[in-house]
Amino acid sequence: MARIFCDGSEAMARAAIASGLRFFAGYPMAPSSDLLEQLTGKLPRAGGVCVAAETEIEGVNMALGAAMTGNRAATGSTGQGVALMQETISECALHETPLVVFTVGRMQQDYFQSTRGGGWGDARTICMAPKDVPEAFELTQRVFHLADKYRMPAILLTDGMLARTQVSVDLTPLELEALPPKDWAVDGTGTGTGRSKTHWTWNEGKVNNPGPGPQKHWSNLAEKYAHVAQVEPRWEAIHTDDAEVLIVAFGTAAKFVEYVVGEMREEGHKVGLFRPITLWPFPEEALERAAATAKVVGVFELNAGQMIDDVKISVPNRRLVRAIGGISTDRSGLSIGDLLDAPVVRARIETLMTGVNA
Amino acid sequence: MNVAATVPPPNSVKRSPFGTKLLLSEDHPLCPGCGHPVALRVILEVLEELSLVGRSVGIFGHGCSAMMIGQMDVDLNLSLHGRAPATATGVKRMLPDRAVFTMQGDGDMVSEGLAEVLHTAARSEKITCFLLNNGVFGDTGGHMTAASVIGQRTKTDLTGRKAEEHGYPIPISKLVASLDGVSYVARASVHNAAGITQAKRFVRKAFEHQMQRTGFSLVEILTMCPTGWVSKTADGPAYMMETLGQQMGLGELKDSLAAG
Repeated sequence: MARIFCDGSEAMARAAIASGLRFFAGYPMAPSSDLLEQLTGKLPRAGGVCVAAETEIEGVNMALGAAMTGNRAATGSTGQGVALMQETISECALHETPLVVFTVGRMQQDYFQSTRGGGWGDARTICMAPKDVPEAFELTQRVFHLADKYRMPAILLTDGMLARTQVSVDLTPLELEALPPKDWAVDGTGTGTGRSKTHWTWNEGKVNNPGPGPQKHWSNLAEKYAHVAQVEPRWEAIHTDDAEVLIVAFGTAAKFVEYVVGEMREEGHKVGLFRPITLWPFPEEALERAAATAKVVGVFELNAGQMIDDVKISVPNRRLVRAIGGISTDRSGLSIGDLLDAPVVRARIETLMTGVNA
Repeated sequence: MNVAATVPPPNSVKRSPFGTKLLLSEDHPLCPGCGHPVALRVILEVLEELSLVGRSVGIFGHGCSAMMIGQMDVDLNLSLHGRAPATATGVKRMLPDRAVFTMQGDGDMVSEGLAEVLHTAARSEKITCFLLNNGVFGDTGGHMTAASVIGQRTKTDLTGRKAEEHGYPIPISKLVASLDGVSYVARASVHNAAGITQAKRFVRKAFEHQMQRTGFSLVEILTMCPTGWVSKTADGPAYMMETLGQQMGLGELKDSLAAG
């Protein structure tokens, strides 16, 4: 497959279509609008449907309906828009609907939203965060795959910088394991057959064919989440084997940290980077191992401190954990600020090291 | 009601004697005198008569009608409160040859879900929305909705809705009928046999409009809620016609096939 020069929005749109996306409904909001524009043009040409929804709430519920029929479906917005979708996302987790959500955030302020959510019930959502455009092409395919594999919502969390940065991308699709047919799909063929389905978070079934009901169903979901948490964490560990200073970062911010850590390693500093690729499930055990030799753990994230909670849960000694990121935006509040700059990142890491050496 | 405690063994279908094989049980968990089961039966009968068995999907809103989802042999989703028309849109866009309908109460459609039904109608989605309108949130015990008519007793105002205090009801069918892209709108009632017959005729026409892909269709069916209205069960039909029925009227509001 050809290599093309494109931005993150186009890479995500192309990966979604390569993954068999059939339905997308979105509502414009910067910096996620480019993805909607890409799919408005490309998805119908690929035989799918793209709807300009009247609200984010309608968009996500349309996508739910499309996903329920067994077709791959998605929606997307920025953090504020996805905030409106929270009830439906948790609903999809609880009635096992493989909905994909693209969150193109402003800075990295949607970590809590993407990993905890603001919906209801014992709902969990897979979340993956690419560090750059080529990885966004890869992980878009993985979120569709995992959503179907586990019948649960999956979020691809990116940001405006990734969405609007143009790079060369190899469009060769991933080869992923085949998944079983969606015999759970609700498509109308069951009506009047005695085998009709009720798609509901309580999973009570029909009087002639009862489902497990809420107690058993929600317990089953909890078991599923535990399994996903065990087998699906993904991460990247760079120079962590002997790192005395371990930096934890995700997404675009991690790309900058990776550059700085490489530079400092060449100079002989024992610095390492741990980058969670799945934010849920968070790679707790892998981080625990990576932090084994660390004298200090710096968390670089472009928010007031969100992922740091997961880092503290994971590392052997939470007293070693320091926040070295922070809120970083421009005047509009929509874009990136001064923190996302290699010399600034380096200065923060050096300050952290000073504390260790002292 | 505990469905699981009283069910026959899995997959043994016990059909209801009441006219349609799409009802799996002759029992219903709703209150005595409730109009919802009658309206639901009418809709299921029409699905069967129009040979839509094996190719129809229902999206149910939250409210009393949702209590019957286990009793219906219909592929369905219990959607979030008010969002059924949006979910139905996603289903229909993926499965254009299916009959897709929503089943919503007035609290669900007119209060919580006003945006969804209006936008779905304006988009001319080829679906049918059914509004079972009793003018109250029956499920919560009879509270006022955006469709409660002036003078109607609700738990929110036992002396009857007053315009100066609570504003005016939203005439949803009239509103929807005024939109381009809407093919069929009618209001019926299940207060007596003639009303039920008329309701069935309207429901059938709505599905016919949908399957001919002429546009969006809506049938509002007035249903009794003696529990929510704090009236005697036997007084339900009369009270409904004095309040909802009288102020809103019954009949077809739009029929693009007849006009054409």
